[in-house]
Amino acid sequence: MKWTMALAAGLAVTATSGIAGKLDEVRERGELKCGVSTGVVGFSAPDANGVWQGFDVGMCRAVAAATLGDPMAVEFVPVTSKTRFTALESGEIDMLSRTTTWTYSRDSDLNVEFVGVNFYDGQGFIVKKALGVGSALELDGATICIKTGTTSELNLSDYFRSNGMSYDPVPVETDSEAHQQFLANACDSFSTDGSKLAAFRATTETPSDYILLPEVISKEPLGPAVLHGDQHWGDIVRWTFNALVAAEELGITADNVAEMAQGSDNPEVRRLLGTEGNLGEMNDLSATWAVDAISAGGNYGELFANTIGENSQIGIERNLNAQWKDGGLQYAPPFR
Amino acid sequence: MSSTPDESDPPFRLSQLLYDTRYRSLTIQAITFGLFVALVVWLVHNTLQNLANAGSEVDFGFLFQTAGYEINQRLIDYTPEDTHFRAALVGLLNTLLVAVLGCVAATIIGTLVGILRLSKNWLIAQLMAAYVEIFRNVPVLLWIVFIMAVLTESLPTPNAFRGDDPAATMLLFDGVAVTNRGTYIPEPLFSNSLGNLHLFGSGSLRMDISLDLLALVAVLALSVFAAGKVALRAVKIQNATGTRPRTWPAMLVILVLPTAALLLLLGFHVDAPELRGFNFRDGIHMRTSLIALAMALGLYTSAFIAEIVRGGILAISHGQTEAAASLGLRPGKIMRLVILPQALRVIIPPLISEYLSLTKNTSLAIAVGYMDITGTLGGITMNQTGRALESILLLMLVYLVISLIISAVMNLFNARMKLVEH
Repeated sequence: MKWTMALAAGLAVTATSGIAGKLDEVRERGELKCGVSTGVVGFSAPDANGVWQGFDVGMCRAVAAATLGDPMAVEFVPVTSKTRFTALESGEIDMLSRTTTWTYSRDSDLNVEFVGVNFYDGQGFIVKKALGVGSALELDGATICIKTGTTSELNLSDYFRSNGMSYDPVPVETDSEAHQQFLANACDSFSTDGSKLAAFRATTETPSDYILLPEVISKEPLGPAVLHGDQHWGDIVRWTFNALVAAEELGITADNVAEMAQGSDNPEVRRLLGTEGNLGEMNDLSATWAVDAISAGGNYGELFANTIGENSQIGIERNLNAQWKDGGLQYAPPFR
Repeated sequence: MSSTPDESDPPFRLSQLLYDTRYRSLTIQAITFGLFVALVVWLVHNTLQNLANAGSEVDFGFLFQTAGYEINQRLIDYTPEDTHFRAALVGLLNTLLVAVLGCVAATIIGTLVGILRLSKNWLIAQLMAAYVEIFRNVPVLLWIVFIMAVLTESLPTPNAFRGDDPAATMLLFDGVAVTNRGTYIPEPLFSNSLGNLHLFGSGSLRMDISLDLLALVAVLALSVFAAGKVALRAVKIQNATGTRPRTWPAMLVILVLPTAALLLLLGFHVDAPELRGFNFRDGIHMRTSLIALAMALGLYTSAFIAEIVRGGILAISHGQTEAAASLGLRPGKIMRLVILPQALRVIIPPLISEYLSLTKNTSLAIAVGYMDITGTLGGITMNQTGRALESILLLMLVYLVISLIISAVMNLFNARMKLVEH
């Protein structure tokens, strides 16, 4: 049996040596494999021409631009909430950008590393106005549609438990199924991330027939994630995101980025855009990595406005996702 | 062979393993088996090693962490504070519940349709043929989703029962409410209840069994046993004298009186569902998801069973019917005593396969949000803990064990029905 063990050990070693250097792997392939949702309009969904569009998609494109210089060099891999972490662990995707909540146990127990928060969300409830309910605390005994396998499921259970109320969960697999059940009155309320509820309400025939209850029962910091163990790759994704946030703060947009790169008096802009210092080199990237990333889909504010914000049909307000100077939570560490 | 008995075999030599045809096949089998075992060991070891290298060792400890999620459909008590193991157990019982409901429905409908398809009435035969073709030629998942959608969209909401002039009313003396969230039926209750039997302590395996139910089952079993004795005595008298004594008054007394007396003693009454707050309360709530799933699986599988039953009956040659008729047996008795016992031998083996596939098809339950074991252990638990490999391995084991048990029981039944050959 000795030779079996030797063979097994040999195979195991080749498997581990393959893990090192995600950046090299992506460059060699010439394409970034990015895990996205199976279709949430605004965040990640293919448009009429089959091209993926959305807020989370923009994150993938920025990373592809920073590492490969080409925002279109992305292969989008749709993953469900069930398969997302397995896809990351198995190396099927290089990064996960799919409205995934950053939690302690996911960061520690699973082999996943969250690189930041690109969308601060919170779980809420939608009800029909005709139900005559004005607060989530009046929902004792209600039937509530809930997407199974999400943190929302646990938050809902915690919320009702801590308020001494009971509820009747109707587990559903996809958003569209939840919408159908909710519209058919098979459940009194549907509970999920507030942004998704707003998007859903906007797509109903008469949005004024539905109200979002004022209670936000959880913190849902959504962000991109990479596989734990390749810190270098994690840094690249983390700082690509930070570059987009910093760009908005510094007034760099997709339109003026080329011009700003030519000459700016602001030393931080010069460092970020590679006209001064060697920030790109520190991460094995080209000097113009941030210019490429910002040109891909604009800075954080532009990306937000064009996909889920004011310029889109969804129209989510910035609120917590505004820049820290405007009273929000988006705050990029200094580029120096 | 020309060998003579007094000729003793030459001593065994090692080379015979290769050159002697009597041993060669054994040698080859032994080597193949060894290689196979080595391959399996290598695969398992390699997987474990690679998982360990990737930092995710196989660990079943998560089963005893707090689950934290709610399950709407449960046969045993469960709260979010219970463990993932308990949640899996709740899911397992839900799987078994829908499998049993589906199998019973499929068997009854399938047998009826199978017999009716052989009817001499052209219209009935064609209708049954259409039934079989429609149900067995559309994937079962579509049937499940379709029936669920129809029930959800077409039945009234609980709100429709409200007000002075409600759009919907309850059926059967205000006892049954059919809504798109499920059907509520009266719940049997006992005012002088004997209480519950608490089994397996207060851990994850705890189980309460109603003593009232146990008492009822015991009394019914005794009644049936006694009735069997009466019937046996009647047969004996019939065999001796040729006339069968009248047994039905005794049967009625034996079967009904003890049970009725026990129910009276326990203070049996039913509690009808009542609309309070958002939903109906009290009563037994049969969820739309359960009804849709059991219905879809039952109807789908019944189409296959109908064909099996038809094939079984057709397998018995018509001569048997004619022979029985010439002995003076009436058509009903011919079916019961001659055709069916022989047809069953043909029917049972493929029937086992249908029961097995129905049971495995229950894993599609998540399509309508029914919390079977794939929904709890293989769905929410797997997601919340991220233990995909462990959960799937356990799931496979559970389905394997369920299927093997069904197989064993049905094979036992088959062995009893089989023709005794001499």
